[in-house]
Amino acid sequence: MSLADRILRLDRRIIFILVALGTALPLLVPVNLPITVTPRVEAAYDTIDQLPAGSTVLFSLDYEPDVSAELQPMTVAIMRHCFRKNFKVVALTLYPAGPGLVEPAIRIAAEAEHKVRNKDYAFLGYKSGFQTVMIGMGESIRSQFPVDFYGTPLDSIPVMRGIRNYGEIALLVNLTASSAADYWIQFAVGRYRKPMVLGATAVMATDYYPYLSSKQLLGLIGGMKGAAEYEKRMDLFGDARRGMDAQSLVHVIVTLLVILGNVALFASRRGTGTR
Amino acid sequence: MIPWAQMAPTITVWVAAFLTLCVFSFLYKDNPFYRFAEHLFVGSAAGYLLAVQYQNVIIPNVWLPLTTGKPVTIGLTAIPLLLGLLMVARISPRFTGPARWAIAFYVGTYSGIAVTGYMQAQVLAQVADAVKPFPPGWGAVNAALGLIGLLTVIAYFFFSVPHKGVVGVGARVGIWFLMVAFGASFGYTVMARVSLLIARVQFLLRDWMHLIPMS
Repeated sequence: MSLADRILRLDRRIIFILVALGTALPLLVPVNLPITVTPRVEAAYDTIDQLPAGSTVLFSLDYEPDVSAELQPMTVAIMRHCFRKNFKVVALTLYPAGPGLVEPAIRIAAEAEHKVRNKDYAFLGYKSGFQTVMIGMGESIRSQFPVDFYGTPLDSIPVMRGIRNYGEIALLVNLTASSAADYWIQFAVGRYRKPMVLGATAVMATDYYPYLSSKQLLGLIGGMKGAAEYEKRMDLFGDARRGMDAQSLVHVIVTLLVILGNVALFASRRGTGTR
Repeated sequence: MIPWAQMAPTITVWVAAFLTLCVFSFLYKDNPFYRFAEHLFVGSAAGYLLAVQYQNVIIPNVWLPLTTGKPVTIGLTAIPLLLGLLMVARISPRFTGPARWAIAFYVGTYSGIAVTGYMQAQVLAQVADAVKPFPPGWGAVNAALGLIGLLTVIAYFFFSVPHKGVVGVGARVGIWFLMVAFGASFGYTVMARVSLLIARVQFLLRDWMHLIPMS
């Protein structure tokens, strides 16, 4: 059997071991490869950074555990940015498994920036029904969320004082892995003319580039790389930046294996005279 | 004796680590540990979803208005409740017809909400962006590439005329644009999947084995 044939018959478990090593070693021994902040993430950062003092930022954190690896670090980084700027933060989720992730993320960001629940931020919890909630909030946030996640009536929460609907929201930040982004663009941006920044999983990021060009989105943060860029812009060293060494090494391994596989395939075909 | 409150996080981490390793064991080959984790996930996810929807939908939107509301509220709650029950009633062949009333109501309402939003945000705003004047400098090159990509990809998906002559050339160029888009999308997908692996390995090395420092 030729070397090319041996490569083509390589046990896939060897590839799994290579990828596992490529993931674990950089986490154990970080080399801190440089990260460049792309214009899309820079635009998201600038949009938030340039909001007037005292602005209210609405976070719709529409994700579940399957994508928390990408969106959880993003939530913490963006929320810390808002807290540093002393903005009022109002967060909600449209996914049933969202509160279990969103609540700790807000707590981590708030504790890091010394912010207090109900005074500096509010977590409204989960509400079922994408479009109906988005449209309903345009009329009245209280009609959709009479009480917050902890059961406190919104009228009793100081940070919610004077916030009735989108009219009092300066910016919408949507972090999602689903079509929730499309609906927010349709209703909050299209109908209520709210500026919006999107944080998306890497899988769906390319689908939303056209909205950047049309200014329907003012910034786009894509996947763990986007989260790492935001952390760098914030001068933080969170989970996303810590994971980027592993991300780079695994990409190198995958690329080399793809090249090796193709070279072996061509060599094997040349040896047998097939096309 | 160690209090439960102190032990709970440790037990949670160990259970999560055990289930993570059970799922990873599939990479070697299918085995009972993997199937145990898979079935446990499906069951617990379904149970969780049912409980959350019961607490967040049925109780506030149906039960409380019916039991504590005024007559008008009860009436307004009864109508969607009836429509919802009609949807479920189609499990009996006798009620297949009335079940369509509820579906027709739902489709009509949803279309009314969605069509205007979709047209405004996904069609008109995008068309307006595609035909706007080119910006100065390198932005013009980007805008021109975007416009060429738009027209050639439309040519590729336009099947009412044969793909010959100008349309044929446009369609072939459109394929190149599509391939570049698919490549970029696939590259992002690889990154997303690797991110999920990194998070799990981070969890195992940090939260479970304490080999790397906490954030």
